[in-house]
Amino acid sequence: MGLRITDLTKSFGGLTAVSGFNLELGERDLQGIIGPNGAGKTTVFNLITGVYAPDRGQIQLGDQAVSGLPSDAIARAGIARTFQNIRLFAQMTVLDNITMALHARAGYGLWEAAFRTQNFHRQEARLLAESREHLARFGLLDRQREAAGSLPYGEQRRLEIARALATGPKVLLLDEPAAGMNPREVEELIQLIQQVHRDFSLAMLLIEHQLPVVMELCREVQVLDFGQTIASGAPQEVVRNPLVIEAYLGEEEAPA
Amino acid sequence: MSTQPQPEHAAPSPEPGPSRVRFWMVCALILALALPLQLSVDAGLFPDVLNPYYLHLLTIIGMNIILVASLNLLNGYLGEFALGHAGFMAVGAYTAALLATKALPSAAALPPVLGTCVILVVTLGGAMLMAAGIGYLIGLVTFKTVGDYLAIITLGFNMIIVNAIQNLDFVGGPRGFTGIPKNTNFLAVAVCALLTLGLLRNLIQSSFGRVWVSIRENAIAAELMGVSIARAKNWAFTIAAAFAGLAGGLWAQNQQFITPRSFDYIKTTEILVMLYLGGMASLSGSILGVVAYTLLMELLRNLLSAFAPQLAEWRMLISPLILIIIMLTRQTGLLGNREWRWLRPRQGA
Repeated sequence: MGLRITDLTKSFGGLTAVSGFNLELGERDLQGIIGPNGAGKTTVFNLITGVYAPDRGQIQLGDQAVSGLPSDAIARAGIARTFQNIRLFAQMTVLDNITMALHARAGYGLWEAAFRTQNFHRQEARLLAESREHLARFGLLDRQREAAGSLPYGEQRRLEIARALATGPKVLLLDEPAAGMNPREVEELIQLIQQVHRDFSLAMLLIEHQLPVVMELCREVQVLDFGQTIASGAPQEVVRNPLVIEAYLGEEEAPA
Repeated sequence: MSTQPQPEHAAPSPEPGPSRVRFWMVCALILALALPLQLSVDAGLFPDVLNPYYLHLLTIIGMNIILVASLNLLNGYLGEFALGHAGFMAVGAYTAALLATKALPSAAALPPVLGTCVILVVTLGGAMLMAAGIGYLIGLVTFKTVGDYLAIITLGFNMIIVNAIQNLDFVGGPRGFTGIPKNTNFLAVAVCALLTLGLLRNLIQSSFGRVWVSIRENAIAAELMGVSIARAKNWAFTIAAAFAGLAGGLWAQNQQFITPRSFDYIKTTEILVMLYLGGMASLSGSILGVVAYTLLMELLRNLLSAFAPQLAEWRMLISPLILIIIMLTRQTGLLGNREWRWLRPRQGA
């Protein structure tokens, strides 16, 4: 089992942002969460990654219970994510964005770094080689020395996904990766996610606003509205569900 | 400050070809010049050319480089705004002064050069350890906050340290600590400054440095990449405090007389001015900022006193003025985010 979530609930003041959310995400699954703005999708991600502590419910990564752990511990346990508004280390180079992500596996301590021991040089060479190989995989190697913030939007998105994958996660959460993209960039993104799904051994959970992206990528989706799951199943069926049409697309309007 | 938008500037750009000048070559060159310089001044050779006053200036520059480069770790690379650096300098200075006068025999009782070296290693090591320890404890409290709050808290600790020392009678209280043996000279300061630069450069160009910069760039993203923010920041804070302590230890054994007031927020401000003049997140900038500021201040002193002696202290007006001008016109300082080639990583990456 990749990620199992039961009865996840969170309220802010009087507002229940997420209520009784359940999820079973197999080790190599690719599932989607859709829903109108403010439905609680990003809150689910923030709960999974420990940005917020849940009021109730369990989050299980493999055999490990991660609910209630601090964010950094959850990340080290193997959950990586990207952000709706891209959060790169803008002034660092593209290469350093990736190499930084390998920090937990640096293989040397503070003293070894300060005095540049043989082991330090060996490990740094390894980190550098790994990072470059990783960048090459995502077609960003020729950008390695540029500042991450100077890349075009589509490449920033790609770098953010590459950086998340560099931590070697078991689960990758993608928060509206297609937001703000033009149709060509969306097409590239879909191919990228399919490639990641094929090449990396991990589970993926995708929040998306654009239905075509989810329809193309996911075999299973959940629809959130006002913090509650109102439908789940194959995307083609879900979008015909009257509840979903009402919540997501407005009343009496058929999906495109 | 994290609350302000980062000024846009060209971040690391492609620099073709590795530098032929390496860090160790610069060190070797400086030491090769410093040793005969120190010896000739000590021996009183060429008194017209080699004025001890120049050596004194170089010594001040060396100590200030240690202070500014270590504060750059916090304010430049980590992106916090710490305002208490002089406090840790005070801890180091008083620790070294106590060790040198109360715990250790005087250098005269020991073999000439070796004895001084041993005394320096013990006093400076003690100064660094004590400052690091106190820095670590303060960091535990401080890094529960960020931005403006952190600035105020560190400033508060600076004042607490200075006021505490003023009330400690056995170190002289407000009258100051007198009779510290002069165990340092320009050569010792030069070695310490180069060591500081080397160690800081090594850390910054390692996984630790990348983590620190990533926290500056986006703390939330860094945390969700598995970085324990509090831990990483506290490491930086402890290291910076240790080097401030080192500068303090050198300072005490160079000036031979210290008072609590020489380590108050005015000293911190002076360090900040040099830091911002040189530029954030650049060790080259720290060196250049210190040299430019120190020389400018001395030049102004000489110029002003040549015209009108009573004007000499007006140069203290110039220093905050410089800070204001930098902030208004060139926020990246002289060398913000850029490094001289010999301070860059070998791969150029």
